[in-house]
Amino acid sequence: MAAQTRKQSLFQVSIIRQAIVDSVKKLNPLIMMRNPVMFVVEIGTVITLLMILMPKYFGVQDQLSYTIAVFIILLFTILFANFAEALAEGRGKAQADSLKKTKADTIAKRLNSKGEIEQVSSTDLRKGDVVLVETGDLIPGDGEIIEGLASIDESAITGESAPVIKEAGGDFSSVTGGTKVVSDSIQVKITADPGESFLDKMISLVEGASRQKTPNELALNTLLITLTLIFLMVVVTLLPIAGYVGVKLQIATLIALLVCLIPTTIGGLLSAIGIAGMDRVTRFNVLAMSGKAVEAAGDINTMILDKTGTITFGNRMAAQFIPVGEATEGEAQEGAVLASLKDETPEGRSVLELAKEQGLVVDPARYEQAAFIPFAAETRISGMDGNGNSYRKGAVDAVQKLVQEQGGQVPDDLKAKSDEIAGKGGTPLAVSIGNKIVGLIYLKDTVKPGMQERFAELRKMGIKTIMCTGDNPLTAATIAKEAGVDDFIAESKPEDKIRVIREEQAQGKLVAMTGDGTNDAPALAQADVGLAMNSGTIAAKEAANMVDLDSDPTKIIEVVSIGKQLLMTRGALTTFSIANDIAKYFAILPAMFMITIPQMSALNFMHLASPTSAILSALIFNAIIIPILIPLAMKGIAYKPMPAVQLLRRNLLIYGLGGVIAPFVGIKLIDLLIGLFV
Amino acid sequence: MGNAVLQFLIVILLLIIIAIPLSKYLYLAFAKEKTKLDRFFFPFEKIIYRIAGIKNVEETNWKKYVLSLIASNIALIGISYLILRFQQFLPLNPAKIGNMEQTLTFNTVISFMTNTNLQDYSGETGLSILSQMIFVTMMMFTSAATGLAVGITIMRALSTKGKLIGNFYQDYVRANVRVLLPLSVIVTLLLVGLGVPQTLDAGTTVTTLAGKVQNIALGPVASLEAIKHIGTNGGGFFGVNSAHPFENPNVLTNIIEILSMWSITAALPLTYGRMVKSKKQGWIIFGTMFAVLIVMLGIVYQSEQTGNAALNKLGFSHEQGSMEGKEARFGIAQSSLFTAVTTAATTGTVNSMHDTLTPIGGLVPLTLMMFNNIFGGDGVGFVNMLMYAILAVFLAGLMVGRTPEFLGRKIEPKEMKLIVIALLIHPLLILGPSAIAFLTHLGTDAISNPGFHGITQVIYQYASSAANNGSGFEGLGDNTPFWNISAGIVMLLGRYLSIIAMLAVASSLMKKQPVPETIGTFRTDNVTFGVILIGTVLIVGALTFFPVLVLGPIAEFLTIR
Repeated sequence: MAAQTRKQSLFQVSIIRQAIVDSVKKLNPLIMMRNPVMFVVEIGTVITLLMILMPKYFGVQDQLSYTIAVFIILLFTILFANFAEALAEGRGKAQADSLKKTKADTIAKRLNSKGEIEQVSSTDLRKGDVVLVETGDLIPGDGEIIEGLASIDESAITGESAPVIKEAGGDFSSVTGGTKVVSDSIQVKITADPGESFLDKMISLVEGASRQKTPNELALNTLLITLTLIFLMVVVTLLPIAGYVGVKLQIATLIALLVCLIPTTIGGLLSAIGIAGMDRVTRFNVLAMSGKAVEAAGDINTMILDKTGTITFGNRMAAQFIPVGEATEGEAQEGAVLASLKDETPEGRSVLELAKEQGLVVDPARYEQAAFIPFAAETRISGMDGNGNSYRKGAVDAVQKLVQEQGGQVPDDLKAKSDEIAGKGGTPLAVSIGNKIVGLIYLKDTVKPGMQERFAELRKMGIKTIMCTGDNPLTAATIAKEAGVDDFIAESKPEDKIRVIREEQAQGKLVAMTGDGTNDAPALAQADVGLAMNSGTIAAKEAANMVDLDSDPTKIIEVVSIGKQLLMTRGALTTFSIANDIAKYFAILPAMFMITIPQMSALNFMHLASPTSAILSALIFNAIIIPILIPLAMKGIAYKPMPAVQLLRRNLLIYGLGGVIAPFVGIKLIDLLIGLFV
Repeated sequence: MGNAVLQFLIVILLLIIIAIPLSKYLYLAFAKEKTKLDRFFFPFEKIIYRIAGIKNVEETNWKKYVLSLIASNIALIGISYLILRFQQFLPLNPAKIGNMEQTLTFNTVISFMTNTNLQDYSGETGLSILSQMIFVTMMMFTSAATGLAVGITIMRALSTKGKLIGNFYQDYVRANVRVLLPLSVIVTLLLVGLGVPQTLDAGTTVTTLAGKVQNIALGPVASLEAIKHIGTNGGGFFGVNSAHPFENPNVLTNIIEILSMWSITAALPLTYGRMVKSKKQGWIIFGTMFAVLIVMLGIVYQSEQTGNAALNKLGFSHEQGSMEGKEARFGIAQSSLFTAVTTAATTGTVNSMHDTLTPIGGLVPLTLMMFNNIFGGDGVGFVNMLMYAILAVFLAGLMVGRTPEFLGRKIEPKEMKLIVIALLIHPLLILGPSAIAFLTHLGTDAISNPGFHGITQVIYQYASSAANNGSGFEGLGDNTPFWNISAGIVMLLGRYLSIIAMLAVASSLMKKQPVPETIGTFRTDNVTFGVILIGTVLIVGALTFFPVLVLGPIAEFLTIR
């Protein structure tokens, strides 16, 4: 599976090594400033460093070792946060590097106006140039096939090794630069200038170079900065207020209190969560054009899905053999099987498979000599002549005519039974042996296995599904019921999709859809989340905000889960971070005041060994919780589709209540450990 | 204990009995569409509109709404300032009271306009009867009406979609004519019936049993008491406020006053529930406020009943609890309830002296003002709680894997930026000036009990100002230019910044197309949300103040144990 080949372990040694280097580089205040919460920590670190360097000036000669300890922990707090970000970026970069190899310059065979071939570098190709690509050549740039047909190896982009067929005209004419023609030759009209190609876009996306903060991130950042300001105010005003009752507070202690109170945990992990979320999508072989699109996926209310290819296999399959007239079920079955024995179409195969499921196996060797009658548009019948009999299957009226021509009788119940099948949304095929109609094959469009469960999950998430199909309303209703979608549009035209999207959006809903054809492009652009298939046209891919490299339309469902998981991870860690403050207060405040006001020890109900140990323990907990939570930030918190109420209670219990309790335990343990060494 | 619980239960039961119909009345009184109330009240309102020169009442956007609000309040401030500065020369001044000093006037006018009613003066000696009637009473109506108008407008914005938020003058006139005036008339009559004076006489001079001559101040007390509580104002006719036997002669008047200040502010969440068509959500917000208040009430009652630890140690009987600074006619239960309600509803009227509460008892009113959203002042208290509700939705809402939505409207960076202004301003206004006060003699000289109690005194003063509560911890010599001006500024910013920010938030949310609720939506009408809301109020709202609370009341408690 393509997605598998891309998977890297969470902590690859080379990535970690690079991340360590980067986390030191990121100490640069100019970079740090982009993360105000951690920037405040850095300022605190610098102040403690100055205190160590000039102890006399600050009057801290006698607390040098304490100040050094605070400095070291603060420094590590920042490094840990930087490391989280660097690690998330590093994984993207590693992927980008492997893509870049594909991008190496190639020599293109450009066709000039006279139709002569000129050898040029791929970087010199411009929009509108036409190139010839032959067997074994790399396609020099994104483009559209204007002549020819070829099988193309797209594994460089999709990871899928089986070649795909692309041909001029229609919805399968677009080719991607960096992919390889395995057989035949094609003429490609280049559609992207160098640097703007799909591959370039992909590289910059996975690298995180074009990453912009999403609205959700911005809103959360606003809150985090405000909390930082509030706690800054708390700590600064504490100095004169405590001074009034004779409590002398050390600057290092105040800085420690500040750093513990401001939301460093989420502040340090916030960008890593965002990058890792995008990365999860990429790893899934879906290319999202922005983080905003991924988060919007989490907000989706309505999903519009094509029936064919997404919900069903798209080809009609045999579902039942129905005897007509005096024929038995066995005769109907046998007639159908023999009429299909040499039929290699999916429909023919499905007849054999159904018979096999029902326990009838026919040895093809017995009919080796039999003649195959292929399907023809004029006759609308196919079958086999052999062992002295003729077996036919085909459209009901065609078979009827055939039988009548041969002097046979049409069974009375044929019409009623075939109408019944049509009524259920299926297609009836009549089966004849000689001049006798023995039965009907009930062909129907089959829902892909597992789709029902997927739709049930979507319903649990509160997402409404709408199926689009060109079928008549009856057929559509049958499939819709079987698949478990909430609604359907039958006999839909491309403009129906965009109409439905607009209607839903007018109600404030966010809509997701998948598509691949050029006529899907407007709807893909209108949808809040549009997932285009990589096999689709360039117009579709440009209109969409996500492209699925595996061209599997059902993936939209997983993308929604990833979007939700991303938001949840952010919310959970924010809640955790803020809930931690309670314990930190109870560790640090008594420690700050205990020397002047001994009675304050009553608040030290964790029984931390000493004021110094209490403050350092809280600070250490505050620092190490960041690396401890890195795997969670990267992988995202566990998510199973369930109603919001349950989901909330569960997460609230783990991250809210857990966030209150965990630091009490953690700080106490660290305090005990410090006690062992001091 | 059992007796106290019974007293609490009776008042709470009465509150709920009043709040439910009142919430419906408020809903109708401010409804956009025509109601049966219009026929009765509109003739009165028409007169006011005509006098004010308002031709047609049109809905405006939020900016125009804010401008109207500010303009009307500035006009009131101007008129009031002139009255107080020249009261000596104005009629109805039988006691010959002089003009008010400049900085005190600044403080007093701001104080009454912002619904704070912090009084750095004493009513008997500081104000003429004209000032009491025109300035004090008028401000008590107008400031409460302003708050009510804002609260209702924000609720309305959240329940509709569009750009126009309402008409300030219409809401303001309706708040006065339909709500505050009728309720005040009822309460005044009840109070007069129970012995509260209502007269235009200056007072009487009597010869006491000891043969001394005593001036007994009188005036239109009952009417002032009514609006003082109904409008969550709190400025007393007399210096000792509702502890004075003329303001609050007995337990019945005490209960009436408690219910007067509590009812509107308790009814508002329910009105909100009606407006947004989710009564349950209204009850959840009410329940959240109520739960916190009950815990606080329990703490103050328990602490006062246990008595002063220092005295208990000396062997004094503590059966009576700590009665210092309390009125014998009210006892611990009625005093505790009054204390909790007056600071929760940010009224600031007092029937006992908060300065003499036990340390933990004193922590309760202080904390309630720091919350500023447990019922809170008329209209604005609910708005503050709404701010926390949106914050709670934002924090916890992400945990269901969707962009947080409140009433189906997405909370995005724009709303967050406005919300954080309201969030930031309250602690800033309490902690900032307190720190400055401790840094200068201008501040520390006013403290009457140095030490931990002094910290509480100062923090209390600014908490009371920032929350627009107005109760004094007393004991603080606060009639100096430093305190008058600093507290004045705190009251001003504490009132208007958050009102403006929240109106902007409401307007911004109003413009958004609500997303229909599904099973995947974060619900704000269940107990889980109530718990999250309490958690947010406690963690975000209260943790900010934890260090100063530790240094003030908690340190005092620990050291005298």
